Amino acid sequence: MPEQLVFAMEVTLNGLMAGVLYALVALGFVLIYKASGIFNYAQGVLALFAAMTLVGIMQGQVPFSHLINAVFGGHITHFGWNVPGAVAIALTVAVMVLLAWLVQVLVMKHLVGQEPIILFMATIGLAYFLEGVADLMWGSEIKTLDVGLPQGINLWIDETTFNIFGYGFFIDNLDIVATVIAALLVAGLVAFSQYTKQGRAMRAVADDHQAALSVGISLNFIWVLVWSVAGFVALVAGIVWGTKSGVQFSLSLIALKALPVLMLGGFTSIPGAIVGGLIIGVGEKLFEFAVGPLVGGATENWFAYVLALLFLVFRPQGLFGEKIIERV
Amino acid sequence: MFYREAGDFKVSYADDSQTFPIKFDRYRYYAVLAVAFGLIPFLINDYWANAILLPFLIYSIAAIGLNILVGYCGQVSLGTGGFMAVGAYACYKLMTAFPEVSMFLHVILAGGITAFVCVLFGLPSLRIKGFYLAVATLAAQFFLVWLFNRVPWFYNYSASGQINAPERDTFGIIITGPNAPAWATYLFCLIFLTVCALIARNLTRGTVGRTWMAIRDMDIAAEIIGVNPLKAKLTAFAVSGFFIGISGALFFAVYLGAVEVGEAFGIQKSFLVLFMVILGGLGSIFGSFAGAAFLVLLPVVLKVVGVDLLNWPTDIVAHFQLVIVGALIIVFLIAEPHGMAQLWRVAKEKLRLWPFPH
Repeated sequence: MPEQLVFAMEVTLNGLMAGVLYALVALGFVLIYKASGIFNYAQGVLALFAAMTLVGIMQGQVPFSHLINAVFGGHITHFGWNVPGAVAIALTVAVMVLLAWLVQVLVMKHLVGQEPIILFMATIGLAYFLEGVADLMWGSEIKTLDVGLPQGINLWIDETTFNIFGYGFFIDNLDIVATVIAALLVAGLVAFSQYTKQGRAMRAVADDHQAALSVGISLNFIWVLVWSVAGFVALVAGIVWGTKSGVQFSLSLIALKALPVLMLGGFTSIPGAIVGGLIIGVGEKLFEFAVGPLVGGATENWFAYVLALLFLVFRPQGLFGEKIIERV
Repeated sequence: MFYREAGDFKVSYADDSQTFPIKFDRYRYYAVLAVAFGLIPFLINDYWANAILLPFLIYSIAAIGLNILVGYCGQVSLGTGGFMAVGAYACYKLMTAFPEVSMFLHVILAGGITAFVCVLFGLPSLRIKGFYLAVATLAAQFFLVWLFNRVPWFYNYSASGQINAPERDTFGIIITGPNAPAWATYLFCLIFLTVCALIARNLTRGTVGRTWMAIRDMDIAAEIIGVNPLKAKLTAFAVSGFFIGISGALFFAVYLGAVEVGEAFGIQKSFLVLFMVILGGLGSIFGSFAGAAFLVLLPVVLKVVGVDLLNWPTDIVAHFQLVIVGALIIVFLIAEPHGMAQLWRVAKEKLRLWPFPH
C-alpha cells in the first residue's frame, strides 16, 4: 500500500476522534438552542468554568483566595485536603446545576421574548462574566487535570496496524476514551429525552412554548433543566479537553470550534451535531495534511468555517436542520 | 422648551431636508463641532489622545460602519476584526509602496479595498440568514487573520511578522510614526469621523437607507414591494466595509503604529465593536458614538479606580474588569435592550415637554 494513503488513513482516524470532541461541545449548544432559542455563546466558557471548578475542588483550593488575600491580607490558598475524582465530579455537577438556576433566575427570565440577537449578546456578556468569576475564584494559571483518564499512545493499535501496513498508527488513548464517553453521553441524552417525563417535557418545550405551557409544563423548570444538562455536557467536554491540553483560557475557545459544526449540522439537530463534528474533524485534518504544507500551514483555524460556509450556500439550514419556511 | 419644532419655519426645500431639522439639535451639533475642532486640539496631550480620544474616534467609525450593517440592514456580522485588518494591511501596503502620497488618500483607498473584500464575504448573505450568517462571517474573520499571518507579502517579509507604520505626513504635518504630535493625529481622525458620520447620517435618511431598513424589517416583504435585496444587502456590506476599513487603517497607522494581526484584530475586536453597537443602540448613529465612548472609557475608569485608588494587583483588576463588563452588558440588555440611543430618545421627549409635562 502506498505510504501517502496509509498516512491519510491515520489522519482520517485522528480527524474522526477530533470530530467527536467537537461534537461534544456542539451538543451543549444544540440542547439550549432547541429548548429556548438561545444561541449560547457561553458554552465554551461553561466548559472552562466546569473544568476549573473540578480542579479547584479536587485540590482543595479556597475559592476567591487570591482576592481575599489581596483585600484582607493573609496567605490562605488551600484547605489542605484532596478530594477524590468521583466526589469532585459530583460536587461540580451540583455547582453547574446551581449556576444553571442562577442564569435562569437572574438573566434569562428577564429576557424572554427579546430578539435572538439580544439573547445572543446576553450570552456573550455571560461568557465574559463567567470567565472573570472563574479566574477570580480559582486563579488564572494553567492547571493540570487528572481524573484518571488514560493517556498516551495506544500500543495495541500501533502494533496491529504495523503488522498490516508496516506502519504503526499513532492514536491517543485519551481520544479513544473520549469517543466512548461521547457515545455514551449521546445515548444517555437520547434515552433521557425519549423515555423520561422531564425529557418529554423538554422536547415539548422545544416544539412549541405556548402549547407546552398550556398543558402545564413549567417553562422555568425546563429551562433550568436544559441549562443544567448543557452544564453537564460542558463538564464532560471540559474534563476531556482539560486532560488533553491543560485547564486554561484557551479551553473556552473550543466554543469557536463548535460553531462551524453547528452550521454544518443545523442548530436544531442532535444527530446533526455529531455528523457535522465528524465531517469537520476529518475534513480539517485531511485538508491540513494535503494542502496545509503548500500554503504555510495552520489551516485548521479557518478551514472548518469556509467548509461550512460553502456548504450553507447550497443548503441554508444545514444538514439536518429544520426546513426554514418564511412567510410574510 | 428644548427640541421644539414650534417657531422653526421652513421656507425652502433646502431647509426642509436639512440633516438636523430641529433648530436646537442643529445648534447643539454646531457647538459640539466647534468644541471638537476649535478647543480640544489646543488642550490635548499625549495621554488623553492615546488613552481616550484616539480610540474613541476610531472605534466610533468602526461602530458606525457595523451599525449600518447590523442596525440598519439587519445582517449580523462577526467579522469586524478581520475587516479592520484588511484596512490596516491595505493602508500599510499603500504607505510603503507610495511614500510621497498624502495619508488622506491612503486611508480612503484602504477603505475602498476593504469595501470590496467586505462585499465578497457579503455574497453568501443572499442565501444565508440570521445566526447562520453571523457564524459564516466568522469565516471571514479567521481566514483574513490567517492570511495576513501566513503570507509574507502582506507584511513586506519583515522578520517579526509585524507591520510598523513608517513616518508619513499630509500637507507637511506628520501624522504617523512616533514623532506625530497629539493634536495632528487627533484632528486627522476627527476629520474622518466627522465625514463618515455625516455620510452615514445622510445615507440612512435617503433611499439607500430606507431599502436597508426594509430588508432588515422583513426581507421577503421588502422584495415583494420592489426592493432589490442583492443591491440593498451588498451596498450595506460595501458602505460598512468602507467605514470599517478606514477605522482599521487609522487604528494601525495613527493609533497603534505597530500591529500583530492576531492580537490587534482577533475575534475579541469583532465582539468589542458589536458590543458598542448593541449597547449604544442598533440603528442609531448617535448610539454608535455612545457605545464607543462607553466601552473605551470603562476599562480606563476601572483601571484608575482599581489600581490607582484601591491599590489592588493588576491581575485581579483585569479579572474584575471581565466580570464588570459582562455584568454591565447583561444588566443593560435587561434594562434597555434598545441601547443608550433609546435613553437619549426618551430624554429628548421629556425635554420637549419640559417644564409642563401634561
